[in-house]
Amino acid sequence: MSDKVKFGRSKVFFDPFERRPGPIKKNMHYCPGCGHGILHKLIAEAVGESGIQDKTIIISPVGCSVFVYYYFNMGSISVPHGRAPAVATGASRANPENFVISYQGDGDLAAIGFNEFIQAANRGEKISVFFVNNSNYGMTGGQMAPTTLPGQITTTSPYGRNPETDGFPTKVCEIINQLEAPVYIERVALTSTANILKAKKAVAKAIENLRERKGFSLVEVLSPCPINLKMSADQVNKFIDEKMTQFFPLGCIRDRSAATPAGNLPPAIIRDPEAVKSMLLPGVSENSGAADASKFEIFQKERRVKICGFGGQGVLSLGLNLANMGRLSKLNVSWMPSYGPEQRGGAASCAVIVSSGAISSPMVDRDCDLLVAMTQTGLNKFRHVLGKNGILVYDRSAMKPPVVEATQKVFGLDALAIANSVGNPKCANSAIIGALSKILRENGFSEAEEQAFDAAYQDAITENFAAKPAVLKQNLEAFAAGKKAALA
Amino acid sequence: MPAKKHRIAIAADECKGCRRCIPACPKKLISVGNEINIQGYVAVKADNPEECIGCGSCFHQCPEPGAITIYEEE
Ligand SMILES: Cc1ncc(C[n+]2csc(CCOP(=O)(O)OP(=O)(O)O)c2C)c(N)n1
Ligand code: SF4
Ligand code: SF4
Ligand code: SF4
Ligand SMILES: [Mg+2]
Repeated sequence: MSDKVKFGRSKVFFDPFERRPGPIKKNMHYCPGCGHGILHKLIAEAVGESGIQDKTIIISPVGCSVFVYYYFNMGSISVPHGRAPAVATGASRANPENFVISYQGDGDLAAIGFNEFIQAANRGEKISVFFVNNSNYGMTGGQMAPTTLPGQITTTSPYGRNPETDGFPTKVCEIINQLEAPVYIERVALTSTANILKAKKAVAKAIENLRERKGFSLVEVLSPCPINLKMSADQVNKFIDEKMTQFFPLGCIRDRSAATPAGNLPPAIIRDPEAVKSMLLPGVSENSGAADASKFEIFQKERRVKICGFGGQGVLSLGLNLANMGRLSKLNVSWMPSYGPEQRGGAASCAVIVSSGAISSPMVDRDCDLLVAMTQTGLNKFRHVLGKNGILVYDRSAMKPPVVEATQKVFGLDALAIANSVGNPKCANSAIIGALSKILRENGFSEAEEQAFDAAYQDAITENFAAKPAVLKQNLEAFAAGKKAALA
Repeated sequence: MPAKKHRIAIAADECKGCRRCIPACPKKLISVGNEINIQGYVAVKADNPEECIGCGSCFHQCPEPGAITIYEEE
């Protein structure tokens, strides 16, 4: 017989799943019998039928569905745990031409991210949320979730969930039904084929509401997780139909879709020149630098700096000073700090980029022009980012002379000793900047650039310590001493 | 006009052997196969695929995007 596909792979899925690592490119990564796959198919079909695939963004949450972006040939943003509704809000407001789906598990939505979720619902964001309630934290091995049933055994409720100590299952749809804004709320189950077909309708309605920009839609999906529940396909369906529905009754809880007019398109933030202007920092124009670029020929090319050491050494402020020097010289700059939760002693680093052109990414994880290491552990961690012709500057009073490639250059400075000599160990970073003036003069700065660099340092440090003249003086002394000691 | 003819095709390499489709078929056309596929699962197989009535039940039960395809005569 000549054949037409009546039911088959949706065109909204990538084919093959090239982003999925490994040799299996046709299947999803989920365990056998997992409800995530069934729901993915329903979403793909609904998006395909609504014709909004090209403008739809699906948020990839944390949970088993963390790799949503492997599968849907749509836009996707991977977000931290529980933050999908916040990112969805941003994505749909920044460009209202986007249609945004928030896909979330019960740990993600009802535990760590409940606040983000309920606020988005209360604001009536024009997004659709698909909420996978599988009664546990699937990805991490089956811990108790807010949706776990009383008496249900999980790895963190080995004697069964005890409502006296653990509370009762969180009824998300019923809670959301107390709010004014949401347009559509329904709970469905991926069990019998009849129930899956009801789920299909609910998913289609939520996608239709999205297309019409009607407002906030929520579809809660009771979903099989046979692996963590240690059940067969039949058993897990029975568990959902007979046990879960006692707490989570199926059906439509609210449907104001028909009564809600299709939403208008609010002005897109990204297209509104006034809004774009308001996002720029004071004193920075979209093409800053062009006017003054002549003073710093060297920054015609993007220059990338990494500074590392431990917290309390002034690692972050060294970077901030360099960035401020660039900013005051009307160059584009970025400064990206990274540190542990402890305020003192933990590893700290920052990345600084200076350029007269636009900077596309603030990351410095390779091709670094200048690496400043204030501790041995910092150097060990970041020496690989130094570019082929990069310069390494290290604090000689804190570490042994490092070995570098033949094409790289290395300069040591007794930064801490200099700082102590001016009476403030926190001035080591100024000593290093002073040394940089000389080192860069030897390695590319013209005389005018050296003078502009020193002047920019004065301006930046004065701005910083305007209220503390004694500290300002110590820093200026450390700068001068560092410059003198460099190359010595 | 006689009813349209249908046919089920199972891509054995895409099946994860979860067996959700087996009880879902009103015609009992699907059963456990006897080979392990490239993913390491025992895939299901369709017996008498031409007896399919095209209801789509097995397709909707299946968590995999393309393990089951239901064809309809043009
Ligand atoms: C901030 C943060 N905290 C904790 C984790 C660990 N973690 C990963 S997935 C997960 C639970 C996910 O459960 P759920 O949202 O129900 O998704 P499921 O896997 O069940 O689909 C947790 C706690 C994390 N990745 N990030
Ligand atoms: S652990 Fe559960 S939710 Fe996660 S992929 Fe496996 S079956 Fe699905
Ligand atoms: S489409 Fe229906 S009849 Fe055909 S194999 Fe699937 S479940 Fe059976
Ligand atoms: S439902 Fe799909 S994956 Fe599961 S056994 Fe049937 S064909 Fe295989
Ligand atoms: Mg879960």
